[in-house]
Amino acid sequence: MTASTTEKQGQGTRCKVQGVSAGPELSCALHLEPCSSILLNTTAEDHHIARMAAVALGLTVLESAIPSPLPGVKPGLANIVTLIVLARYGWRAAAWVSLLRVMAGSLLFGNFLTPGFFLSLSGAALSLAVLALVRHLPGRWFGPVSHSIYAAFAHITGQLLVVYLWLIPHAGIAYLIPIFATAALVFGTVNGLIAARFMDNKSLLIHENHERHEKFTA
Amino acid sequence: MYSTALQHIKPGDWLTLLCGGIFVAMLTLSLWSGDRADKAVIRSGGKIFSVVPLSRDQQIEVRGPLGVSIISIRQREARIASDPSPRQYCVRQGWLKQAGEIALCLPNQVSVELTGSKKRYDSLNY
Repeated sequence: MTASTTEKQGQGTRCKVQGVSAGPELSCALHLEPCSSILLNTTAEDHHIARMAAVALGLTVLESAIPSPLPGVKPGLANIVTLIVLARYGWRAAAWVSLLRVMAGSLLFGNFLTPGFFLSLSGAALSLAVLALVRHLPGRWFGPVSHSIYAAFAHITGQLLVVYLWLIPHAGIAYLIPIFATAALVFGTVNGLIAARFMDNKSLLIHENHERHEKFTA
Repeated sequence: MYSTALQHIKPGDWLTLLCGGIFVAMLTLSLWSGDRADKAVIRSGGKIFSVVPLSRDQQIEVRGPLGVSIISIRQREARIASDPSPRQYCVRQGWLKQAGEIALCLPNQVSVELTGSKKRYDSLNY
């Protein structure tokens, strides 16, 4: 991601203050003051990451409306987006999307730097670390479903580590591990299936478009 | 619908699912199956009053500052059957089954704790 600050002082970018009835000296001063604009040079990839992170964020908001029997047992629908980005654009883009989603989500829900934020961050960080490893599994045998299951287990492991080491240092949380692990297996499988199906449809669509395009050009 | 969902699962994914299922089952078995309790440790005033095996059904009377607490043992389970404590928390706790379970009657300074073959932690401090 490249960002550069450019200060434009050309004729066209001077501040135009309209509707200000001031003395000649003041209006003159206002007119002469150059505008400085900060321009972020973004690439197409940046735009794509931002768009994907926004989709993930939307799924997070949607998911927060689903009631949960136990805090922490959530479908994790936003991870579908992470899986798709991982398969199509690589690990770096997936890490961007996932971490942006955690940051922006915490700002949206107002829990930035609270325990809830660190729980999502640790879960996302550990599942990204595991995804970096399991994405090298042979693609002929292992698909998004496997990736999703491993990431879900890593996610809950990261969260439980933070809970145990920081929030509730009590052996009693061991009794909750089977519930969380079951949820990770179920939701991991479901999310993986959704991601796989979506990618299948999308590739089909692209294929069809491509064919249509060829037909037209022929 | 199901067949289209299933065709997205590759052979390795089935393996992952199987391993995950076994992992979850083992976690559940190891974390949720408490040890069978062998003995009941009855304390009075902080000292061990008696340690009785759960194999024999019996009633034990323990005298505390407020009166007599009655502990009954039946079918490898133990409970405090009656107690003079005002709020009756330990009586309402019911039957204790697994090792590590404990019923405390603080006002009468009587407690029953079940122990198994290996001692489990009931708290950890740092």
